[in-house]
Amino acid sequence: MTARVDHAAVGPGATGALRVRVRRGETVAEFVVPRRANQTVLDVVTEIQRDQDPTLAYRFACRVGMCGSCGMTVNGRPRWTCRTRVATVAPDGELLLEPLRNLPVVKDLAVDMEPFFEKWRRAHGFFEPGENPPDDFVAVAPDSPARQEVDAGIECIACGVCYAACDLVTWNPDYLGPAALNRAWTLVNDVRDRDRDGRLAAVAGDAGCHSCHSHMSCTEHCPKGLSPTFAIAGLKRETGKAALRRFWRRG
Amino acid sequence: MTRRMVRTSLRRPGYAAALIHRLSGIALALFLPMHFIALGTALQGADRFESFLGLTQNGFVRTGEWGLVCALAVHMALGLRVLAIEWLRYREPTARVVSGCLATAFAVGLLFLLSGA
Repeated sequence: MTARVDHAAVGPGATGALRVRVRRGETVAEFVVPRRANQTVLDVVTEIQRDQDPTLAYRFACRVGMCGSCGMTVNGRPRWTCRTRVATVAPDGELLLEPLRNLPVVKDLAVDMEPFFEKWRRAHGFFEPGENPPDDFVAVAPDSPARQEVDAGIECIACGVCYAACDLVTWNPDYLGPAALNRAWTLVNDVRDRDRDGRLAAVAGDAGCHSCHSHMSCTEHCPKGLSPTFAIAGLKRETGKAALRRFWRRG
Repeated sequence: MTRRMVRTSLRRPGYAAALIHRLSGIALALFLPMHFIALGTALQGADRFESFLGLTQNGFVRTGEWGLVCALAVHMALGLRVLAIEWLRYREPTARVVSGCLATAFAVGLLFLLSGA
């Protein structure tokens, strides 16, 4: 049930009141925020910070689903808050906002993304042009199988939602995680890249692609609709083939 | 107040599939030594084997047998799911595929019961 609203108190344009609980370290702070048409969860947090408690820490930049900085746990589920409408996730007028799981909390709703990006580096999630990159553009046919594999995973905005949703990261903090492995898979399929073997070796270890249990949480929660599980399955195939090739050469 | 663990993936079909796959695998691994003991008695003569089989006629063992058949079926079905994702590039609709695997396993268990075993 939506709480009764005192319009004079909550301001013009409000259609009701939202009961918002925000995790702040070891405690939970409670706020009442006016409910407005087309309001996003990020709007709610911003309204709290501007009108009620300026000490509330959170992170955002673009507000339009491009920068990937506003990830939070909303009612127990990791989401990008700038594109999450309150009407969708809080039909009963209650919100519980927490920081993303699996990442160290800096303060309140802001998490330290450093471990997340460190794993991108460990997975060789960067383009390697080689020592003598060609001067001209490389022609890549849009309908080639490799390019289509890249297309399936290239729209990642590094918001960390998949990383927060992943049980394997919780169980094994060294696990590279869905986003880094998804990035590695797009580069494995990049015909211009010159670090294919190094990248496959980087993701084949104990904390790499073979740790994935196919829980599908990353795929279900990705706000961009990507499927890191299937990218990781691709890495499992390619690392398996690379191991067979090594075995064959040695024999 | 202690920090509540946010568990997002509990009760998701993929999580359930992985959990059931593991548990059924453990059940089958525990059964294997008993299976080898049974086969071992056959090496000691038909009488020993028959007397051992007599022990399997009680209700508890027969229920366990049905459980093992279900465990084997569900382990195989969920294993095929993982192989299809990883080697056949199958982009599954998870809830439907996992439901199908569980339904197949129970159907196999039902057939086992109906066969009068």
